[in-house]
Amino acid sequence: MKRALLAAPFYAAVVVALAFLTLPVVALFTRVTPAKLVGQLGNQVVTDALVVSLETTLIAQVLILAFGTPLAYLLASRRFPGRPLLVTLVELPLVLPPAVAGLGLLAAFGRLGLLGSTLDALGVSIPFTQTAVILAVAFVASPLYVRTAIAAFQSVDPDVAAASRTLGAGPTRTFFRVILPLAAGGLAAGEALAFARGLGEFGATIMFAGSLQGVTQTLPLAIYAAFDVNLDVALAMGALLVVVSAVLLLSLRLILSWQPSRQTSRSLFAPLS
Amino acid sequence: MATLSADFALALRSFELRLALEAERTVALVGPSGAGKSSVLRAIAGLVRPDSGRIALGGEVWLDTARGVDRAPDERRVGLVFQEYALFPHLSVRANVGYGGKDRVDELLERFRIGHVADERPGVLSGGERQRVALARAIARDPGVLLLDEPLAALDAHTKSEVRVELQALLRSLGLPALIVTHDYEDAAALADTVGVLVDGEVRQLGTPQELVAQPRDPFVASLTGANLLRGFARSADDGLTSVQLESGEVVYSTDTAVGEVGVVVYPWDVSIGRVHADDSAMNLVRGEIGSIVHLGHRARVQVGPLTAEVTSASVERLGLSPGGSVVASFKATGTRLVPL
Repeated sequence: MKRALLAAPFYAAVVVALAFLTLPVVALFTRVTPAKLVGQLGNQVVTDALVVSLETTLIAQVLILAFGTPLAYLLASRRFPGRPLLVTLVELPLVLPPAVAGLGLLAAFGRLGLLGSTLDALGVSIPFTQTAVILAVAFVASPLYVRTAIAAFQSVDPDVAAASRTLGAGPTRTFFRVILPLAAGGLAAGEALAFARGLGEFGATIMFAGSLQGVTQTLPLAIYAAFDVNLDVALAMGALLVVVSAVLLLSLRLILSWQPSRQTSRSLFAPLS
Repeated sequence: MATLSADFALALRSFELRLALEAERTVALVGPSGAGKSSVLRAIAGLVRPDSGRIALGGEVWLDTARGVDRAPDERRVGLVFQEYALFPHLSVRANVGYGGKDRVDELLERFRIGHVADERPGVLSGGERQRVALARAIARDPGVLLLDEPLAALDAHTKSEVRVELQALLRSLGLPALIVTHDYEDAAALADTVGVLVDGEVRQLGTPQELVAQPRDPFVASLTGANLLRGFARSADDGLTSVQLESGEVVYSTDTAVGEVGVVVYPWDVSIGRVHADDSAMNLVRGEIGSIVHLGHRARVQVGPLTAEVTSASVERLGLSPGGSVVASFKATGTRLVPL
């Protein structure tokens, strides 16, 4: 009796949560039929925004992986004075309001910013270029990856890494053949989070990079711009963003769940040596 | 064959580990948990760096703090078997074994009876199988010294006695210097020629298993080393008893069942000493000369032939025992345990 009494509110809560989380997405697609969506793909504003979004997100993710992974590994594997402070600094962009992140980027890389004169001397101007979009995305999204990656590296049994060393493998071979494959699941989870955050990035981008069609106008920025002008276009782009995110996240999932169960770790991360 | 020599100091959390030993064959370090046993192996393998000292295998110097030599773990030829084995969970058994050396993988898979699980991941293996994979992996690397961290601790009682026999045979056939750390004196005595007692980072006593039982330097060593271990050959006798012919020629009886090479385990406090033997057929009798008498407070350890008895100091006085005197040591068949060797 008691169980049945508790079961009803339990399942009710589950149903409400599920409905709440899926309803907006479903609603979006009731407004945007597939035909309408395909029709909008001919719209220059939409295709420009899609291309800018994909390009900047992918480049930012590559940068996040390339620079974030060594940083996360260092923070996970070394103990040194000031480490907690460093971890906090790395995580700070996560809690910064996006507008503040945009201001910070301008203050650092803007013409009048900290590095502005140096960059000027080199003939480089970052604000309101595609580079600015990439920097904004990397800045707000990388902490999600680095944070998760630190945890992933820390979860690798130190004895297993030590065993690799005693078996004659140097630090590099140990990293690529043991530590990286064992942390791969966590790294991918962090990457998925960073990816999702980056694709939806809005605040820092609009302040630091502006919203120039075909240059810095990503899908979220284009949706905001179209919102006042043509709601149908905005809805179509919204649906498009949902489809793109879902496809990319699903493929990431598939790549990961295809953990080659019979072969060794070779497929995902080939040893360098 | 090269000798492993280790002489170093390493500050641990609450004490300093100081070790000086040479291993030509198998040496076991036995001590309570937290005595620094694992740190000894890690220091030799290069996983932790001693504050000062020297570690060498024959002419190969692995560590010499005075001369600034400190080889990386991958440049020391050690076969370290971790207590929890530390197998690579993402690699097959075959890839685990072949990680450090691919030349003899098939031979080792067969030798360690893990050929049938060669394509499995370590996660699905039993404890005994995991240990054999860890041993095979360490040996495939072609080490100059074998380091075993609690090789029998993670196994259930049944597997343990089997593995102990296998380990003995393996250590003998490899002929490498080996260092074993364990908390179990019986395991140490069964596996090693030399046993050291490690307490709070310090080797209290180093000697043969017989020496440690007969002449413990202090009460701690005495309580840790506990039992006598007499080697012999067991066959079944009348009345459900097992007769064991000792290496010294004497025959003793046990209520345990065993056949073949065994160790007879007898605790010193279960052994009585007399000038003449009580004519009691239920008693095992070992005649011999007193080798040594070591006083430990009100008790004394008296060595008679291969056996050590623990008696009160008062009875040493009363019986007028002194080294060289002839006595009879006796113990009950029910006071013995037989362990396979």
